[in-house]
Amino acid sequence: MRSLRLPMSPDVISSLKVGEVISISGQVITGRDEMHMRAIEYSDEGKPVPECIRNSTLYHCGPIMLKTDGVWHVIVAGPTTSARMNKLEPEVIRRFAIKAIIGKGGMSPDVLGAMKEMGCIYLAATGGAAVSLAEGLSRVTGVEWEDLGMAEAIWKFQAENLGPLIVAMDCHGNSLYDEVKKKLIRD
Amino acid sequence: MSMIKLPESIEDTVVNLLRLANTKLPTDIGWALEAAAAWETNPIAHSQLGAIMDNVKKAEVLGRPMCQDTGIPIFYVRGKFDSSIAKDIAAGVSKATKTIPLRPNTVDPLTRKNSGDNLGNGMPIIHYIPTDDDFTEITVLLKGAGSENMTRLGMLNPADGVDEIKKFVTDAVLDAGGRPCPPGIVGVGIGGTADECVAMAKTALIRVLDEDNPDPVLKRLEEDLFIKLNGSGLGPMGLGGSTTVLAVKINTAFCHTASLPVAVNIGCWATRRASVRISDKGSEYSQGAKL
Repeated sequence: MRSLRLPMSPDVISSLKVGEVISISGQVITGRDEMHMRAIEYSDEGKPVPECIRNSTLYHCGPIMLKTDGVWHVIVAGPTTSARMNKLEPEVIRRFAIKAIIGKGGMSPDVLGAMKEMGCIYLAATGGAAVSLAEGLSRVTGVEWEDLGMAEAIWKFQAENLGPLIVAMDCHGNSLYDEVKKKLIRD
Repeated sequence: MSMIKLPESIEDTVVNLLRLANTKLPTDIGWALEAAAAWETNPIAHSQLGAIMDNVKKAEVLGRPMCQDTGIPIFYVRGKFDSSIAKDIAAGVSKATKTIPLRPNTVDPLTRKNSGDNLGNGMPIIHYIPTDDDFTEITVLLKGAGSENMTRLGMLNPADGVDEIKKFVTDAVLDAGGRPCPPGIVGVGIGGTADECVAMAKTALIRVLDEDNPDPVLKRLEEDLFIKLNGSGLGPMGLGGSTTVLAVKINTAFCHTASLPVAVNIGCWATRRASVRISDKGSEYSQGAKL
């Protein structure tokens, strides 16, 4: 398993091929439906958005967090279904130069196109493996847009060996999901 | 499984029930995952099954929810009970949200405002099955959104027959792809009315995996779909492989002569269920109760 540090250089991102298994260390932020909607809305209106979104590694995740003695801790944090963000993601990738997306289930051809254009990759985390994945996210560095609620807020983590993650959509227009879909036997 | 002596309030019983369902995968589902890992040859699929089983063990040891989507709890109350049980179950859900903790998941459908305690208009969902027994049995099924969002209802024509039913179920599972966190359980309802059909598909998810359907025709249909879906190549998380489903479970009911309703309700690999039987002797917890 290749162990990579964030932020990844364009060369490293470009070198990642579909099917490769990696782990990552560095700043990861979470964002789901509400975060995508607000980021686009605020940027349309010229309102500031949290700086951490730009050039980020964006984890489609709504973790369970617990505040004890004024400090946030992660309890569990697995991926959510990325396809819900299909309509919003191309715009978010372009406006905020997202470098990597972590999620489950894969995303649409439009998203794959935006990823190719902007040099972004999609990493598949194992759906439901929330306890194991939280081990790689034990350092919580902050929260933005907390008013969106626990699941929808932007949580900031300093990831350490977060993985295993499968490179499922690369920045060259290849998608493991599409390969599997093409070969599906329905009859 | 384990017996807790009375007095234990229904509220605390519900907290214990939710903790059990969230932190411990039912044994039959664990076995099915292990069996799948033994026959799976695709390396990516194998890595996904390994990560799942590793996670299940950690959740149980640490006493943490195995998935961050602690879902919508759906309750089935069977036996003897009175109407006050709804209030007690709601209190248990609210308390469990804070103490386990669970993720606050319930929001107003339009404003998207989160209640913060997994309650709100229409929540929690409770189904009642009165019987002449002298116990009260509460079963909970935790339903995450990833799998629930893939639900399909088809009002087929009676002339479509079994082949179209098979196609409808196959398409529902394969079109869902990796979104419902395969390999999971495919709950199928055939017959009834539209609403009953979906309800049957959901209760099929509560059935223990290694207990055969008593109806030989349905058993055969379940097996046919199981073989077909696992031969599709979709695999764990939709990343390819020969493990797409752990089981197919079908419930049927009589329907109108002009109708053929078919519903598919998918359960993720973490189809979390638990039951408690409350009697004079105490509260007995298990994860394989029948409805």
